[in-house]
Amino acid sequence: MTTMALGKAINAGLRKAMEDDPTVLVMGEDVGKLGGVFRVTDGLQKDFGEDRVIDTPLAESGIIGTAVGLALRGYRPVCEIQFDGFVFPGTNQIVSQVAKMHFRSGGRLRVPMVIRIPFGGGIGAVEHHSESPEAYFAHTPGLKVVAVSNPLDAYWMIQQAISLDDPVVFFEPKRRYWDKADVSEDGTPDLPLEAARMVVTGSHATVLAYGPMVKTCLAAASAAAQEGRSIEVIDLRSLSPLDLTSVFESVRKTGRCVVVHEAQRTLGIGAEVAARVTEECFYSLEAPVVRVTGFDTPYPPARVEEEYLPDLDRVLDGVDRALAY
Amino acid sequence: MTVETAGPAATAPQAQDEPEFVQLLTPEGERVSNPGYDHLVADVTDDDVRGLYRDLVLARRVDTEAVALQRHGELGLWASLLGQEAAQVGSGRALRPQDHVFPTYREHGVAWCRGVDPGLLLGLFRGVDQGSWDPHENNFHLYTIVIGAQTLHATGYAMGVQRDGAVGTGDADRDTAVIAYFGDGATSQGDVNEAFIWASVLNAPVVFFCQNNQWAISEPLERQTRIPLYRRAAGFGFPGVRVDGNDVLACLAVTRAALQRARDGEGPTMIEAFTYRMGAHTTTDDPTRYRLAADLEHWKLKDPIERVKAYLTRGGGADHEFFESVEAEAEALAEHLREYCRSLPDPSPTSIFDHVYVEPTPPLVAQRDELASYLSSFDLGGEESLGRDSFADSGEGHR
Repeated sequence: MTTMALGKAINAGLRKAMEDDPTVLVMGEDVGKLGGVFRVTDGLQKDFGEDRVIDTPLAESGIIGTAVGLALRGYRPVCEIQFDGFVFPGTNQIVSQVAKMHFRSGGRLRVPMVIRIPFGGGIGAVEHHSESPEAYFAHTPGLKVVAVSNPLDAYWMIQQAISLDDPVVFFEPKRRYWDKADVSEDGTPDLPLEAARMVVTGSHATVLAYGPMVKTCLAAASAAAQEGRSIEVIDLRSLSPLDLTSVFESVRKTGRCVVVHEAQRTLGIGAEVAARVTEECFYSLEAPVVRVTGFDTPYPPARVEEEYLPDLDRVLDGVDRALAY
Repeated sequence: MTVETAGPAATAPQAQDEPEFVQLLTPEGERVSNPGYDHLVADVTDDDVRGLYRDLVLARRVDTEAVALQRHGELGLWASLLGQEAAQVGSGRALRPQDHVFPTYREHGVAWCRGVDPGLLLGLFRGVDQGSWDPHENNFHLYTIVIGAQTLHATGYAMGVQRDGAVGTGDADRDTAVIAYFGDGATSQGDVNEAFIWASVLNAPVVFFCQNNQWAISEPLERQTRIPLYRRAAGFGFPGVRVDGNDVLACLAVTRAALQRARDGEGPTMIEAFTYRMGAHTTTDDPTRYRLAADLEHWKLKDPIERVKAYLTRGGGADHEFFESVEAEAEALAEHLREYCRSLPDPSPTSIFDHVYVEPTPPLVAQRDELASYLSSFDLGGEESLGRDSFADSGEGHR
């Protein structure tokens, strides 16, 4: 058992994957000598060489497009997109090529690649550095989309994503990179990559989150407990496919569901969750599914991001609204 | 051997209306010398030229038959290669089995050279699949519709070849080149320019084969570039060469040189095959709206097949019987295509759920079951089914 920051845990997971499988490559802007702008790939080029940890030209479509070719040749590239807002030049390759290659080849071709994206706000960054673009990718069949929230999951989920034969978009909560927790590097992961995690059990309301909002929701659950409200918190982890089995069970128990994300509200993950929960748990619901999200604006300047981002109070406000019925 | 200079070496005198390019066979079928490239085709016998002629004729026959199938409603669409046969056959026959091809959606002649059954090309255009050949079997990737996207895949694949140690070993059966096909329009795409940068910086064993057919649907070359396309390569730091794209022998020579350069670990080359799209962009296009009929007549005089026939006839390399036999073979191939095309079954509705992921996900399985259950509800012969049929029969469903 080692105490590890989330970013360090991904680094350790990458290292383990590269040790276990010589076809695993890391590629992206500044991932080599610098170790990435968040140091997630720190030390990897030194130990695995420039052929396996590739400092690429500054072009996201090129990173994704050449990774497709490498995957077709039998490699398992792990691409780093430096910031969420920079993924869009590569989106054509992700949506039109990566996501569809297996399907359009009738299953003959596989593109086992991972696209790592630090996402979300809260670090006082300039524009294009704090976005949450996960819904675009979760909307695209052929991609698997996951978001990690803690060091233990980060360590295992990056390895699980790399070993998968489907392409995975892997979201990392950049403001949680330095959060520490105990990580056991032995044994095997306790959950499949695509499974949600029950984090805290409760009886009055179910709160769903992923990525950076899990910590926020746990804090909200603690605060609510002091007021005598018992909140169940589930970390969705996988956004495509969504694993809602435990969510349905939870909502049937609590009758109330609040879904939380930083991303804009309209057509976000929360909208899909609300629809599915309504379909499956209609007779158990005591209140409409409540969404606590970013607003339908571009990500704002840093000096007002605290108002844009859901925080403990807004999560509790969402719970209050659900309990008001 | 290497191609150190960007641009064509000194060539024999050419017709005034043609740009400077590598040419070994004039439109009249006269073999002209080019000291920079002659040695690359020194081993080509009359028998080989007859083989190239056969490839050209059969590739064109595949194409004309596919256009006819589209006209008869058997295909939804077809992208014709008419006029580009020499560029495709010349480059296609320069490949070794281990080399890997990343085509656009128009490389039917290259597919032919790689041994892909032409029938397999039809599924995409008939709408029954999205590429039904096994890319690993012939080292011929699926057609890519999005313009230029495959140039990055080719470059990445070439990076993989490097990492496999399959470059510059001197083993002719091991050293591997990758070739990316694209058109003049694609040279404006970001992906193509990114591929040039990647390949150059990483010295990837990839050949960029641009068929400049002068037209990107309705837009002439002047809408894509202010300099000859092959000269772009110099700016990226690797050689570019322009070849007469209607000269199968020159295309063979130039591509052989570029592929060998790649296999030897000397990095990328860009080839601009200067040719002309004699047909429409696709069967839905009407080129009379944007270009002059006289241009087409002009290019007919440079036909890629006629010059090989003239060469063989003039030199006694083939007789009437040979040409007859190729025609007969072409007719048989066309018959095969017609039968194959009409026998292609429509996919089952629930097959759309196959291969979205390597293993189907639970939500997708649920959706497939939902569709299957919905569809099977019509098999019961109940009121619902009758109601729908009678609605369609009334004609209201076809407004």
